[in-house]
Amino acid sequence: MTEPTADQPAAPQRPGLSRRRLFGALGAGTAGVLAAGTAGGVVGRATADGPAGGAHASGAAPTDAVPFHGEHQAGIVTPAQDRLHFVALDVTTDSREDLVALLQDWTAAARRMTAGQDAGEVGAVDGDRYAPPDDTGEAIGLPPSGLTLTVGFGPTLFTTADGRDRFGLAVRRPAPLVELPSFPGDQIDPAISGGDLCIQACANDPQVAVHAVRNLVRIGAGVVSVRWSQLGFGRTSSTSNGQATPRNLFGFKDGTANLKAENGSTLDRFVWVGDDDADWLRGGSYLVTRRIRMLIEPWDSSSLDEQQRTIGRTKGTGAPLGQRAEFDPVDFTTRVDGEFAIPETSHVFLAHPTNAGTAILRRGYSFVDGSDGLGRLDAGLFFIAFQRDPGTGFVQVQRNLRRDALNEYVRHTSSAVFACPPGVRDPADWWGRALLSG
Amino acid sequence: MSVRDRRLPLLTAGLLAALTTAACSSADAGSGAASGGGESADTVAVAATDDACDVASSELPAGTHSFAVTNSGDQVTEFYVYAEGDRVMGEVENIAPGLTRELLVELPAGSYQTACKPGMDGDGIRGDLTVTGEARSLSEDETLARASAEYQRYVQSQTGALLEQTTAFVDAVEAGDVEGAKALYPVARTYWERIEPVAEVFGDLDPLIDGREGDQAEGEDLTGFHRIEQALWVGGTTEGMTPYADQLLTDVQQIVELADDTTLDPLQLANGAKALLDEIATGKITGEEDRYSHTDLWDFAANLEGSEAAVQALRPHLEETDPDLVAEIDERFAATEAELGQYRTEGGWTLHDQLTEDQLRGLSDSVTALSESVSQVAAAVAHE
Repeated sequence: MTEPTADQPAAPQRPGLSRRRLFGALGAGTAGVLAAGTAGGVVGRATADGPAGGAHASGAAPTDAVPFHGEHQAGIVTPAQDRLHFVALDVTTDSREDLVALLQDWTAAARRMTAGQDAGEVGAVDGDRYAPPDDTGEAIGLPPSGLTLTVGFGPTLFTTADGRDRFGLAVRRPAPLVELPSFPGDQIDPAISGGDLCIQACANDPQVAVHAVRNLVRIGAGVVSVRWSQLGFGRTSSTSNGQATPRNLFGFKDGTANLKAENGSTLDRFVWVGDDDADWLRGGSYLVTRRIRMLIEPWDSSSLDEQQRTIGRTKGTGAPLGQRAEFDPVDFTTRVDGEFAIPETSHVFLAHPTNAGTAILRRGYSFVDGSDGLGRLDAGLFFIAFQRDPGTGFVQVQRNLRRDALNEYVRHTSSAVFACPPGVRDPADWWGRALLSG
Repeated sequence: MSVRDRRLPLLTAGLLAALTTAACSSADAGSGAASGGGESADTVAVAATDDACDVASSELPAGTHSFAVTNSGDQVTEFYVYAEGDRVMGEVENIAPGLTRELLVELPAGSYQTACKPGMDGDGIRGDLTVTGEARSLSEDETLARASAEYQRYVQSQTGALLEQTTAFVDAVEAGDVEGAKALYPVARTYWERIEPVAEVFGDLDPLIDGREGDQAEGEDLTGFHRIEQALWVGGTTEGMTPYADQLLTDVQQIVELADDTTLDPLQLANGAKALLDEIATGKITGEEDRYSHTDLWDFAANLEGSEAAVQALRPHLEETDPDLVAEIDERFAATEAELGQYRTEGGWTLHDQLTEDQLRGLSDSVTALSESVSQVAAAVAHE
């Protein structure tokens, strides 16, 4: 998988079928396009199903489509794209029928957009001149750009905060889907936390991600209301061995020891929901988000030694302290000058699976939301983790970070947990069918 | 109101003349086609009190009827004739205790409801009214022509009250009655905000009457409602406002004359209905419209009523072409009204600066959803 990195800028080698080209080609009815199918959807799928797609495919260009259909939702073990638009929504209706219709409409639009097509069947510019277009148009001419759309259901979809079972789903709430506990030092703002539903849009072009969320939110008018949203501009984790480890805003490589798409059995153990949980969720995963504000200015003025001892890795190569290279094994017994090379209060020491006793798939993004009223950078990490059970995943890891030296430099300002259903299997399937059609 | 953006396409003088002419003929065609009879000579008496609304006749022949509404109650009242879906066929407002006012309304055969609204509030005291006569189905063109004529009737029902209430407001300002003027300000604006789609057609008057501070070009003065609003609420005075009050009344008189004679075509109605909802989203929910008085919810309610009146005029056509859309629009108008209804107070509405973020979000969500539905109306009427 070639991802653009600082060392290896990836030119768009094999751009996917752009929206404009798609419609142009359809209009012209060229033989090549017709060979792939006669309807727009089929052409789009042909693009998506080509040699480009798939978490395990090699050689995918950043402009290509990622297949929408599959056993699992895309956007989890899919090699992390560069851009994020995450949105949490509340359902404003009590009508189960409306909720189902929305999930079906969303699925259809997502199927099209991830294939590089317009949100609606008609398109941004081909509709009635007196009607508002069924696509907002800012992605015209842009390739699929690796867009993935991942949907999750929050605890409040099953039972509202004041205990109402609006959709008859209370009995189907999976036991692990509960609000996260509070952790020492939390500064959680409820206004940017929680949500009945979430959509994670990831793409290699920010405009493609924003376009997708904007159109899905528009489709949801009258049924859902945006509760909060977050843009992310740079991935902070690798989720595949083919990706170089990116740096977070502390300037350190992040996600070196992450779970990767290639770790099949490990993913089954730590990421995918198995047969010991709710039936409808099998093959899905739990999504935890935390907006982690970094206190940039104090960090920047701390010494290199302090920074490295706080993280537990070198800032240059990302090697564990006491080792030479990034992927050298983390050895907590190594001593330098009689002291442990990796301090027991360092982030790596406390978060590493060896000491945390568990593993999670991290898929976070850096964010900069301008500056705060004091002129300080309002920046940090929008942390995203996927796991088989939040209790034995994020919660267990986070509890272990109570003594983390990094806490001095971070504040958790938002928190949410969602159950992401399994993948949409085929053109007749839709997000949440197993939950809502039963 | 936004002054320079999102205005309905300005009409050239020639086109306007043509439109007005067409308006008259289509209105004539409408009444001829529907009534199958001439003027109705009889007058239907309506005895309105604070808890009753006795209409002298519950069955009428198709045609034009005059309702004489006498208010023997203690509260100011209104009288409406509604077709299905609370489509306003005719209304007369502001009937003070002891007064009798007349409503002239043309009623084709069909089922209607009459309503008195003591306190000018709520659904009113309803009664059934059956109109019999030759009912024939209208062609699509006739249905649309009737929509224009019907909306024109609605405009005419509002302009009288607009003039009356603006006069009262101006009188209070010129008498130096700050508290009286403050009380009348949102009331006069209600009639203005209901008929904005037609007011905006007259592009040069609109900014003079309803421009906001900051909208003016360099060297232009802020005039109209918002100039006086600023003096009343920020300065707590009417000092120096007489010239502005005089000018406001002159401008309103002029727009009332123009509006009474203007018929909007169905596409303008559809776009006007949507534009009114945009006004709510961009001006009222944000609190920009009445930034000194914070009476934005009065304007919100008026925009919503005006939008519904325009959509309801198109209803017979929409029921033929897109019944699902009609159902969705009905549902979403009701949802928005319910959302807004939470903030009704004695004699008015909660001030904008007393609404919480959550309350504003609820209002915003309902208007956004309604707007998505109403935005589909234009295409539905543009297809002949």
